[in-house]
Amino acid sequence: MNGDPAFPPVQIDVGSLVQRSVATLYSHLVTRPTGRAVRQAIESLLAEAGDKAFSLIDFSEVTVLDYSCADEVVAKLLARYLESDRPRDAYFVIRGVRELHREPIDVVLERQRLAAVAQGEDGCYRLIGNRSEEQEATWRVVEARGRIAAHELQHALPETSQRSALTELVRRRLVFADAVSGAVHSLSRLAGADEPGAGPAGVG
Amino acid sequence: MRVIDLPASLDYRAADDLLDLAAVGDGKSLLDARRVRWVDPCGIVALLTAGAYLRERTGAAPRLQLPEVGDVLGYLARVGFFAVADGIVELSGRYPRRSTTAQSDVLLEITPIATNTDVHQVVDRVQGRAGQILSRTLRYPASAVVQFSVILSEVCQNILEHAEAPGWVAAQAYRWQKRLGKHVLVIAVSDIGRGFRGSLAQEHSARFGDRWGDATALEAAFIHGLTRFPDSGRGQGIQQIRKQVRRWDGSIRIRSGTARIADVPGWDDTPPLKDGMQPFPGAQITIILPARAGDER
Repeated sequence: MNGDPAFPPVQIDVGSLVQRSVATLYSHLVTRPTGRAVRQAIESLLAEAGDKAFSLIDFSEVTVLDYSCADEVVAKLLARYLESDRPRDAYFVIRGVRELHREPIDVVLERQRLAAVAQGEDGCYRLIGNRSEEQEATWRVVEARGRIAAHELQHALPETSQRSALTELVRRRLVFADAVSGAVHSLSRLAGADEPGAGPAGVG
Repeated sequence: MRVIDLPASLDYRAADDLLDLAAVGDGKSLLDARRVRWVDPCGIVALLTAGAYLRERTGAAPRLQLPEVGDVLGYLARVGFFAVADGIVELSGRYPRRSTTAQSDVLLEITPIATNTDVHQVVDRVQGRAGQILSRTLRYPASAVVQFSVILSEVCQNILEHAEAPGWVAAQAYRWQKRLGKHVLVIAVSDIGRGFRGSLAQEHSARFGDRWGDATALEAAFIHGLTRFPDSGRGQGIQQIRKQVRRWDGSIRIRSGTARIADVPGWDDTPPLKDGMQPFPGAQITIILPARAGDER
């Protein structure tokens, strides 16, 4: 028992989803209608996951991702699950983010003032998109530790500004706060990274 | 019949004049291309655009007197011009069928863009061909093929999202011996839809008052990223294309209506903004990407 919540991730391979949900011949994530169809397919998968969903959106098999499609698949998806009338509680980690995907995703997130946890090809997790320096620094503390128990928070994040940043990270669903235990978990830990801050799951 | 003489070099510099000529005059026209000895994707797409608008405006498809030079006819066949032009213009003269066996040097043949599927096909097609041209001919890094595909995708979507009318795209790399002494890649995209002013008018014209026009609409979209959609995620396509084109020291110019706006690198003498041309519908986008240093051979 490691204190982590039972939160089985929903693994979503965007590369194969585009072929299943749009057209078998399409192999690239381009155009808004394609992005819209993929986002709707992701939402359908999340609907089967119950009230709380933890989703790994995997771009490993995607070569071309344009800005319009990134906006539809990533930005609109994240924005929807931050709204007060969201269909369910959902957390997202974007996986298989190559350098070529990074820019379109970063641009659309910045434009919509959103941020996301992304795992690159090197295995490292990063916070991408719109965030303050304080949020970035606080996220790195949580990411490095993996899990911070309620009684450790004061020690791990001693500054008031850090705890304010943590509140924002929780609100933005960039870390997970367990309402029962009061512990804070990095999303990489929920994604199944071996040990907090270790090996390929380190902070990039 | 009104005769429109096409210049010997039907390239990106001749496109605006051709569109201006197609925007005025009545009755059936003859597009006389007999003198044409050189043509680039921008010139070909402008020819189709002019033909389509003449047909729409006068109610009669113009006649196209084909070039006399065999090389030009061969090139037009390789880029698929005759198949696309048939029905838009009346082809007058003998022309070769497109060779299906010879390896084409064309990066992207003239491709009509009318649906989402067309954009996917364009991206699929260039993925297979662009790598060699971008890396060997233009000396771009291997990753450029994806960025190039993104540019094509976004620029084609501009037709679908804003023109609300079909359009065409074509791309070709060739050597600019006199101007730059190196290879360039030219991408031409054109439509005869409602243009930037038409697309933005309902949402944005009021705030510009008397200043509203084609040039203001182009500035609003090109420089400030305005779009008719209230969604804050919109309007970024052109901004990101501009950013990538600048990284490659390229130029991008957009004509819409009476105006043309451009991002102009040091090697280009195009004015950044030009107004007062003949009103021509839709938008015509030209992107020119020069080879990196090391191509001057």
